[in-house]
Amino acid sequence: MKIVVCIKQVPDTAHVRLDPETHTLKREGVESIINPFDLFALEAALRIREQAGGAIVALSMGPPQAAEVIKEAIGYGVDEGLLLSDRAFAGADTWATTAALAAAIGQMEDVDLIVCGKQAVDGDTAQVGPGIAQRLGRPQVAFVKAFREISGQRLVVERQMDDGFDVVDLPLPGLITVVREVGEPRPPSLKGKMRAKQYRVPVKGAADLGLAPEQVGLAGSYTQVVKVFAPQATGERRVLQGSAQETGAQAVDLLVDNQVILLGS
Amino acid sequence: MAVIIDKELCTGCGECLEACPFEALSLQDDKAQVNEACTLCGACEEVCPTGAITVPQVERAADERAAEARGVWVFAEQRQGAMPEVVAELLGQGRRLADELGVELSAVLLGHGLDGRAAELFALGADVVYQADDERLAAFNDDIYTQVLARVINEHRPEVLLAGATSLGRSLIPRVATAVATGLTADCTGLAIDPEKRLLLQTRPAFGGNIMATIICPQARPQMATVRPRVMKQGPRQEGRQGRLVPVELNPQDQARTQVLEVVRALEEQVNLTGAEVVVTGGRGLGQPEGFALVRKLATALGGVVGATRGTVDAGWIGHAHQVGQTGRTVSPKLYVALGVSGAVQHLVGMQSSDNILAVNTDPNAPIFSVAHYGIVGNLYEVVPAMLDRLAELRGQGA
Amino acid sequence: MDYFFSEEQVMIRDLCRQIAEERIKPVRAELDEKEQFPSEIMKALAQADLFQIIIPAEYGGLGGGCLENCIAVEELSRACCGVSTSYAACFLGAYPILLFGSQEQKDKYLPLIGNGQQYCAFALTESASGSDAGSIQTEARRDGDFYVLNGSKQWITNGGQAGIYTVVAITDRSKGARGATAFIVEADDPGFTVGKKERKLGIRASATAELIFSDCRIPADRVLGKEGLGFVVAMRTFDKSRPGVGAQAVGLAQGALDEAAAFARVRKQFGKPIITFQAVAHMLADMATEIEAARALVYATARFIDSGAKDISKVSAMAKVFPSDVAMRAATNAVQVFGGHGYMRDYPVEKMMRDAKILQIYEGTNQIQRNVIGQELNKEYGRSK
Repeated sequence: MKIVVCIKQVPDTAHVRLDPETHTLKREGVESIINPFDLFALEAALRIREQAGGAIVALSMGPPQAAEVIKEAIGYGVDEGLLLSDRAFAGADTWATTAALAAAIGQMEDVDLIVCGKQAVDGDTAQVGPGIAQRLGRPQVAFVKAFREISGQRLVVERQMDDGFDVVDLPLPGLITVVREVGEPRPPSLKGKMRAKQYRVPVKGAADLGLAPEQVGLAGSYTQVVKVFAPQATGERRVLQGSAQETGAQAVDLLVDNQVILLGS
Repeated sequence: MAVIIDKELCTGCGECLEACPFEALSLQDDKAQVNEACTLCGACEEVCPTGAITVPQVERAADERAAEARGVWVFAEQRQGAMPEVVAELLGQGRRLADELGVELSAVLLGHGLDGRAAELFALGADVVYQADDERLAAFNDDIYTQVLARVINEHRPEVLLAGATSLGRSLIPRVATAVATGLTADCTGLAIDPEKRLLLQTRPAFGGNIMATIICPQARPQMATVRPRVMKQGPRQEGRQGRLVPVELNPQDQARTQVLEVVRALEEQVNLTGAEVVVTGGRGLGQPEGFALVRKLATALGGVVGATRGTVDAGWIGHAHQVGQTGRTVSPKLYVALGVSGAVQHLVGMQSSDNILAVNTDPNAPIFSVAHYGIVGNLYEVVPAMLDRLAELRGQGA
Repeated sequence: MDYFFSEEQVMIRDLCRQIAEERIKPVRAELDEKEQFPSEIMKALAQADLFQIIIPAEYGGLGGGCLENCIAVEELSRACCGVSTSYAACFLGAYPILLFGSQEQKDKYLPLIGNGQQYCAFALTESASGSDAGSIQTEARRDGDFYVLNGSKQWITNGGQAGIYTVVAITDRSKGARGATAFIVEADDPGFTVGKKERKLGIRASATAELIFSDCRIPADRVLGKEGLGFVVAMRTFDKSRPGVGAQAVGLAQGALDEAAAFARVRKQFGKPIITFQAVAHMLADMATEIEAARALVYATARFIDSGAKDISKVSAMAKVFPSDVAMRAATNAVQVFGGHGYMRDYPVEKMMRDAKILQIYEGTNQIQRNVIGQELNKEYGRSK
């Protein structure tokens, strides 16, 4: 089985801080990481390969330094990587992003399965997976949380829904996006990391994909960001003074007095 | 692609560096310099005192559909006959947008055995209901739902289409947007109309909730958005309100390739964060996973449930079901106690509407204090035991 | 301090640190509380190729030596010695095959050990035979193309979890210490059973069990080396593995210092962080100094062993006895720095103190180690006269 895993390099948003004065993002010293949800996609792909055999290609789009996430994926045990990088890709919304990713997958032969994380933590759109499936005309199941059957012809998966889950039969070739319940990502392996050190990441640009500049990046995007601002924080501040003993007791007293805590019977 | 800086006009004042949310600008030889992080948001253009910065106007293929598209649509999601709350919220918001634009509000309903469901949508504000009732739509399969929905859209050309940012909506709607070739904004928390240009201003959190972004879709139609549940207000319900029911027929060749074998109704999450009156949350300030024992103790004493920050969940200290924030649950309990929570904005968006917020943190500059009603600067391992003691004492007296 | 690791060694350290942080720390308290073998973690260690470290490249391994082993064990121990004991015991069980195995034995077992498909255990200790290894009672009797084992082994790490056991048994009682032989026993060999699992003070994530041999029949080609080499196999194995215990000790002590120093910086008394009080700061300073000395000794010994040096008994004993004493002190003092908090199970130092004790006991008590060092000194100074 040939599997493509889509991964994205993102800033580690858990460590992004907002400057309270200027309301801008402080990204100094914020590391770039593999989108955490994509680690679950990698894990799912590795498990499928363990059962069905075959090879995994890690695919990413981003600036040249995004080659790092491809190398990281090699460290986890994927077989090959491909980076889509071109100045023309900059500013892409999900429409333009899926144009490039789908074109790249379309150029590969005999891809049976595409695996994406459910969403990226910087954009949180969850739109790229379904967008690729539609562009390639393939069936999809989003938010897969478990596998019941794995074969070269089909997957039977559990799809997470808001009120439970569905068991869905997906004929291949197809696409899935996965959620964290699919399984804890394994650690990278020593042999994989050694291979990653040597690995030269192949890179393709818009022209290699047969895409015109107006089909990709900002020019190829339907949506446009017109304003960026800090979310509003509300609430008045009251800092309790005293030792830990005093403030702890004081907090309880205040909450009791204001009937936030009911002592009850 | 990046903003264009006129080096002649640039005075090197640095205003743009301050304004840039993405740190895409720097000063080199006293002139502003832009790097690849630029998203063309235009924040710098606005503040530049000399007009040295311009956002390049990108020529996009004009879409002749845009000019004539009319009407606001809501995708009325239903599963096994149950409609999530968000549909009513979408109709409420959709009604307001439609009135502002002076157009009809329509709902699209896909499924099987839908008799009588349309009346509910009319009561909630829909003028028109497009209803596709077919055995093949009984279960949710992305491809056939996409085929049918895209066909109805292409036929009637609405200018706006809203759907709930539910599991179903976030699986289906990106496919539909791709099928009809238009832009889509995910998980919106604010929607407004620019009446002049008939543009839908779609506001959503980005970067894990650290910033808010307003997004437009200038050319293509419909302007599509998925909307976060429990954010928009439902409209007034008018029993017996009438509307137009338009049946939609499927083509004989419409067929799903995926097959739903079983539908399991089960909420695995035992942690009822969203409904809890009291949430006691632990953050990285606990220092180690064992710290959740104390969090649990206080939660039990207060009759509440245990919440967690993304940092602690990612570190594996506690299960994801406990996570509060952008990528977890949104909560608004009567009392929210934040222990060792620094207050990354992605966390704040998930809890700042709580009635009462008590924060304990050793760092007096932690952002959590900016939303806390009661702040304690101190070691939670000393403060919490003091709280527990006081509670026990008061309860002892009360009994 | 920079110990000038190679790129590969840095990779091992970083990967083990990552696994320790992400996979071990979150569950260590629970594993300890439930006395539960860390199956999931062991699987992750296998996926990370960490069982390949000392396996030669021709068997699919990474061909590392004692130092690489120590680096891995130290990092894992920093989070949990119960886990690192389960991991390191595999190497303890594998060394006899590595050092004395026939080509066939190596071909058969080393790949299984390297990819983590089978865990290993080393079985020498018996109820009446601890430090006095020469007094073991388990017997192996030759019967045609087979050996028949009878007796029992006590306190065997990975007992019941391992698939491959290296067992030392008496083949000729008349020859005393030269009458012992080492065998490979597989978990499903007839007549081999695992007895009760022990309940321990510390390292409770590791499985410690009794092994029972009752007419356990194994093919004759399971002998390691040849008949009579049993104690040589055991002693050579310990020479290689002892710095690993030292590395466990360094890791545990470092973990205790990490906790104590972090706590001392936030814990306030009399309006000041307690780290600003000299009494506390000096405790931390002594811990840090001793740990660095222990670490330097472990690394230096490991490098010495990896150089192919022959006379390693003395340094190998030193690299176990000093670090394990350091670890016991560091853990005890970490609890002291935490005060009342440290005595509670809410903090990890309580467990560290319980875990530390075993390091002074197993793989030869520290008293036996000092005997070894003493005997070697006696020899050395006898020679140099």
